[in-house]
Amino acid sequence: MKYIALIYSAEASEPPYGTPEFGTYLAEYQAANETYARDGVLVAGEALNGVSTATTIRVRDGKVETMDGPFAETKEQLGGFYLLDCDNLDEAIRYAAMIPTARHGAIEIRPVMSFG
Amino acid sequence: MTDAAAPQPVRAAIEQIVRDDWGRLLSSLIRNLRDFQLAEDCLQDALESALVHWQRNGPPASPGGWLIQTARRKAIDRIRRDVNFRAKQEQYAVLLALDADSVEAAEPEAIADERLRLIFTCCHPALDRKSRLALTLRTLGGLTTAEIARCFLDGKEAMAQRLVRAQDKIRRAGIPYEVPDDDAWPARLQSVLGVLYLIFNEGYAASAGERRIRVDLCEEAIRLARVMLALRPEEPEIEGLLALMLLNHARRAARHAGGLVPLERQDRALWDGNAIREGLALVEAALKRGRPGPYQLQAAISAIHAEAPDHARTGWPEIVLIYDELYRLAPNPVVRLNQSVALSYAEGPQAALAMLEPLRPALSGYQPFHAARADFLRRLQCTGAAEAYEEAIRLSQHACERQFLEMRMRELR
Repeated sequence: MKYIALIYSAEASEPPYGTPEFGTYLAEYQAANETYARDGVLVAGEALNGVSTATTIRVRDGKVETMDGPFAETKEQLGGFYLLDCDNLDEAIRYAAMIPTARHGAIEIRPVMSFG
Repeated sequence: MTDAAAPQPVRAAIEQIVRDDWGRLLSSLIRNLRDFQLAEDCLQDALESALVHWQRNGPPASPGGWLIQTARRKAIDRIRRDVNFRAKQEQYAVLLALDADSVEAAEPEAIADERLRLIFTCCHPALDRKSRLALTLRTLGGLTTAEIARCFLDGKEAMAQRLVRAQDKIRRAGIPYEVPDDDAWPARLQSVLGVLYLIFNEGYAASAGERRIRVDLCEEAIRLARVMLALRPEEPEIEGLLALMLLNHARRAARHAGGLVPLERQDRALWDGNAIREGLALVEAALKRGRPGPYQLQAAISAIHAEAPDHARTGWPEIVLIYDELYRLAPNPVVRLNQSVALSYAEGPQAALAMLEPLRPALSGYQPFHAARADFLRRLQCTGAAEAYEEAIRLSQHACERQFLEMRMRELR
């Protein structure tokens, strides 16, 4: 079976970037990555950019509605994900609008963090 | 720009360039650098260098080319000094290649005009509405952060933060610097035109007192629409929006004559004939293209007002019909509300009230709904009029609008 582990936290509760605590935090992530890889359980994992970079789309009556910000309503539940490799946000919106659930739910688009 | 020693002509020449060419220069730099903040800082640096150099040697043959070249060199310096220099190799290589290919002596036309791409970036629907307005005014209009903050009656710090957040989202979320393709063009164009019209309406709604402390946002919106039209001359919706704004702006002197004067009481002799002539010609040209859209239809309605000798002899039945067409393209309750006002003159307030009532659930918190309803009830001499005026006054956000409603309410007695 495949499982997805979704990582939730309040941004303010993370150790600040550049502090020794942040270094430890990152090393712990690195250790988890190594364990997953060694045990052969890792399929994919990415860190996401902050919610300030999020865009939410809905398709209603065949039209794509685009909004600034993360998906905030709570009655809908996370039902899956796609990891899409696109040139820019417009292309990501175009592909995300093809997800059938966009017609009754919402799709939150967040850029994956690039390190380096 | 702060060098008090610079002689007046040089400073005036630079201010003129900021006024006329800021958007063009900045969009060209953003295209090269892919970084709003860096582009803005480097253009600012180049303007400061210009004060010193032009004073010493006189202005160059192509001030725009000189500023672009200088700003690119400032960017090269900044990137070299950057702690993340290694991560910016690609950007650096682009700049070095561009620097070899000199534009310093070039004619202004040789600087590629990137404003169309940039306006689609600034008005991208993935940015929140107010940020779209602010970013467009800053980036394409060349207004300072302080000026924009005053326009929205915000603090300068809050506005500066808003601009930084928007620029950051563009960069990190990968909002492209592209003119959208044909499939996306109609919807994205409406988003851009919507931003320009909101800028216009911010200025239009400002009271006379506020006007004194605000940049004239109406004129700024008109100027940006002219830029858009110059970049896409055959687009009827751009013509429609420009016409709509010109026709409304033409009434400004009559509209602000000792408080807010509604259309029916305006002295039409005060309307600006030149703006009306230009607006009418644009509406006609746009409609001839046979691709009607929401701005063309709204402009067509304004055109009927502009051509009417007075309020009573306005083509109200025709206006009612255009609103039907508009509702078909943009089915939204505010269109019906406006249509009901036209209907009240075409067929009478009773018919108008019947059109208005079903809109209550959607518009119960919307001031113009109550103002229109109060007006219909007043004309029917119904008892509910005073109550409707009270609700409209309670929801009003502009002092002169409130004064007008209070005056009407007093007339009931």
